[in-house]
Amino acid sequence: MNVRRNFDKNLQELQNKMNEMNALTVSAFEKAFNAFKTQDVELALRVIDEDTAIDNLDQEINQFAVWLIAKEQPFATDLRRIIASLKITSDIERIADFAVNIAKSTAKIGITESLISITNLEQMNEISMNMLKKAVSAFIDGNMTLAKEVGALDDQVDNHYMETYKKITEYLRIHPEETTQLVQLLFINRYLERTADHITNIAESAAYLIKGQIYDLNQ
Amino acid sequence: MKQSEGTTKISVKDLDLFYGDKQALFNVSLDIQEKKVTALIGPSGCGKSTFLRTLNRMNDLIDGVKINGDIVIENEDIYKSNDVIKLRTKVGMVFQKPNLFPMSIYDNVAYGPRAQGIKSRKELNKIVEESLRGAAIWDEVKDRLKSSALGLSGGQQQRVCIARAIAMKPEVILMDEPTSALDPISTLKVEELIAQLKKDYTIVIVTHNMQQAARVSDKTAFFLSGEIIEYDVTNSVFSNPKDQRTEDYVTGRFG
Repeated sequence: MNVRRNFDKNLQELQNKMNEMNALTVSAFEKAFNAFKTQDVELALRVIDEDTAIDNLDQEINQFAVWLIAKEQPFATDLRRIIASLKITSDIERIADFAVNIAKSTAKIGITESLISITNLEQMNEISMNMLKKAVSAFIDGNMTLAKEVGALDDQVDNHYMETYKKITEYLRIHPEETTQLVQLLFINRYLERTADHITNIAESAAYLIKGQIYDLNQ
Repeated sequence: MKQSEGTTKISVKDLDLFYGDKQALFNVSLDIQEKKVTALIGPSGCGKSTFLRTLNRMNDLIDGVKINGDIVIENEDIYKSNDVIKLRTKVGMVFQKPNLFPMSIYDNVAYGPRAQGIKSRKELNKIVEESLRGAAIWDEVKDRLKSSALGLSGGQQQRVCIARAIAMKPEVILMDEPTSALDPISTLKVEELIAQLKKDYTIVIVTHNMQQAARVSDKTAFFLSGEIIEYDVTNSVFSNPKDQRTEDYVTGRFG
């Protein structure tokens, strides 16, 4: 007799809710960056609207995890899984907030000649989304190699961040008339750098689940 | 949160125990630390209570028990000495169900000291009060010391049992599922008491309640089929066990 059937079902339900929240966040991020690239303000506004669904899932997952701790009093991998789920959910929620921030910046930039080509923002976005896939798979499949790869990719994002910062500030010196857009690009640069940090946190939570130790992959 | 290694109070080496032809403990070795709480966990029939009872030779009372290996308490191999009374004075025991004698609270606690030959009323009064205080039950029973101990609640009776054990001034207290017959509040009182007692005593506790093991103990040994599978600081055993069988047991996959 499997005495854990109900608990295992609940853990799967927790995982499903997280998958749903992650899928919504990835979609929000892709839309936000697309809107930014194509200066599609309408799409940007939709991203801002749709964030409520992600926030609601965040709350739902938190309450469910707390209830699971109270009723199952979990130990070992079960305990680590629930704790990691709580932390990962809060990181995903922050990532979704950065998608909203990018959308808001997009709305502020409006329709104008895009200066995205002077930056490395597209590369940063691409690497970050790749990192997110790896970090979430590391958690779901218990894959430590993927978790470590995320740490390495975060270093690439950090390098792009520094480079982009320099490029924008230099351009600003020569073209002060572009201040409005350039300030927003600086913000987006920062949002992407922070997004990659939160994704690294997710990989760290995955590593904690797998190995039972605290890892610092963001060095 | 790793606890520092303390002084070894009881050292068990290569212990085998047989009930007739049936072997119940296999090559058990572990060091129990002084003034710490050591929890023994494992499914029914895994040998944890059998092991606990070897520590004060309670198994000697069972026919056909054969024991190989060493159990050393402070440089003395307890199975090489013949003074079992002295051993049981040093290593007291509290059982699953409160087992008070049908006599007054006072007489229950004074029973051991009287058997040791203490007759002075003044001295006995002192021992009874100190023991009941030590067991965190004095305030509840001080006005009814002469009434029958069996009139107390289960939780109070268990704490009087602990008082009776500490009246003998033991160094080690063995507890065999001391709260399994108690309600949650009485259980917490006994757990609170265990935390106080470990300042003065070395405690070894068998429990089926894993949350209890996690709450009260410094180190935990996981027994399975008469063997020790894992013995580590409690935090590690419950948050990151090394052995898959420990993981499966503490997460309820078997047992």
